[in-house]
Amino acid sequence: MANLYPGRRRRNVIWTALAYVATAFGLGWLALILGALLWQGVGGLSLDVFTKMTAPPGVVGGLLNSIVGSVIVTVIGMAIGAPLGILAGTYLAEYGRYSKLAVVVRFINDILLSAPSIVVGLFIYELLVVPFGHFSALAGGVALAVIGAPIMVRTTEDMLNLVPNPLREAATALGMPRSLVIRQVSYRAVRAGLITGVLLAVARMTGETAPLIFTALGNSLFEVNPTQPMSSLPLIIYEFARSPYAEQQKLAWTGALLLTFTVLGLSIIARALSTQRAGKQT
Amino acid sequence: MTATAIEAAGAAESAPVDREQALGRLKFGDNAFRLMTLSAASIVLLLLAGVAVALFIGSWPAFRAFGLDFFISDRWSPPKEIFGGEAAIVGTLITSVVAMVIGVPVGLGIAVFLTELCPPMLRRPIGIAIELLAGIPSIIYGIWGVYYLRPVMQAYIQPFLIDTIGAVPLIGVLFQGPPLGYGVFTAGLVLAVMILPFVTAISRDVFETVPPVLKEAAYGVGATTFEVVGNIVIPYTRVGVIGGVMLALGRALGETMAVTFVIGNASHVSASLLAQGTTISAMIANQFADADPGLFTSSLLALGFILFIITFIVLALARWMLARLEIKA
Repeated sequence: MANLYPGRRRRNVIWTALAYVATAFGLGWLALILGALLWQGVGGLSLDVFTKMTAPPGVVGGLLNSIVGSVIVTVIGMAIGAPLGILAGTYLAEYGRYSKLAVVVRFINDILLSAPSIVVGLFIYELLVVPFGHFSALAGGVALAVIGAPIMVRTTEDMLNLVPNPLREAATALGMPRSLVIRQVSYRAVRAGLITGVLLAVARMTGETAPLIFTALGNSLFEVNPTQPMSSLPLIIYEFARSPYAEQQKLAWTGALLLTFTVLGLSIIARALSTQRAGKQT
Repeated sequence: MTATAIEAAGAAESAPVDREQALGRLKFGDNAFRLMTLSAASIVLLLLAGVAVALFIGSWPAFRAFGLDFFISDRWSPPKEIFGGEAAIVGTLITSVVAMVIGVPVGLGIAVFLTELCPPMLRRPIGIAIELLAGIPSIIYGIWGVYYLRPVMQAYIQPFLIDTIGAVPLIGVLFQGPPLGYGVFTAGLVLAVMILPFVTAISRDVFETVPPVLKEAAYGVGATTFEVVGNIVIPYTRVGVIGGVMLALGRALGETMAVTFVIGNASHVSASLLAQGTTISAMIANQFADADPGLFTSSLLALGFILFIITFIVLALARWMLARLEIKA
């Protein structure tokens, strides 16, 4: 009996050591990627990046049109995706909680949540680019809405499920119609949670590239008209990172730095908001 | 709308005549809101159906022209209008397998570390750091992979693999050929890192559903941490872990930008993992914008449709397994 123990302990030491190694591996990658972004990107940060257009090689350029394009496409995506996601989430949590439709919608939404974004891009291409005959920022925005909405459906439903039923019952007992109970009581109770969902969706949408390649397409000119092709940060990174010219590669890294820290910043703010709310509840 | 409803309700108190009208307006608003939420929920359903239908219609010409050949031929020749998707389909599956082989054990290791070994004070920061890996946009993995990982792979890791595993009979063939840096293995490695946070997050959630009594009982009879994890935690949470792994697989299959940068984009099948290859999503990303309408576009849409079906099945299975445990991810 006693001679089993050293072997068991050895195995335990080896496997727990591997768990430490795995964690170091994961953290190491994060550090390497963020380090590379800072190392390569910070040097390129200057006023030109925010005030000049993307330029052909040899000309001093910036990322102004891409940054503006990113903002416009994301705003379009949110304008469509946020109402859609929040209302659908409201249906799942408030009206159809146990209905058959809700079960199906929940399942489909979970699939959309991790569906390949490039497939969404193809779908919007067939739906909005082919019929109109040209690429447009609007199509890009709709593609992003399809990617962002499921996130908001999920967070809205989860948050509304946390609203204590006595709160709803009290409001209903006062004679409030259902829709007012939802908007005046439920939504208010979980406002921080809803904002968390919206921020997470914005973060996801801002970083998406694949669905924009054949919807918004990209544009080297300054463009604010949503019916025209438009540049965006991920698209310009995709283009410049493969460019043979050093100054374009440098801009790609600067864009990558801006993009990553915007996206990570948004998700950290979202996380902080949701823990703040959780803290208040307990 | 809310404001008018309340004003109307206020008006109704002072003037009883308007009461009927105000109530009618409230009722209308109430119904309208309910219908809005119902139609939003229905749109979510329509979206998925729309994706399937639009892609199927778009890919029909290619399926009709090539039939089964589309799945078993790796000839991809735009000038001759002959398209076979085998290289892309096989590439998608192989990169995902590589990603799972590397990513799942590491992801599980991190989950074990976070639930069993980590000092409570560090648990939250390390958990958040791992989740940040999921927040980094996929294009960043791509640009990082090309500029940093590829040279390292080419100079150190791939020659090492060729000299060691490449010399082993049978499996050696997977690691032969010139060290290019680009290739299926590099793509799989980047994918592995991208799916890590998903494997970790879900495994961690399901590990936490293990009743503490079970673990305490095992520790009580003298089990080591490894034995508790291997004999109590993993068997108890098997279904959930498999569900999480499938969810990660769904991600890996459809991942586009990172793969496009590092896989080398060669549309033929090779036996070696170090050779350049392609995946469905990389092929679409690279060629779709320049594709001529007609069979070329249709063939790319057909690849998209196949990817959609594969991921749909994988994700549906994953959700079904997780739903049995009522784990939300």
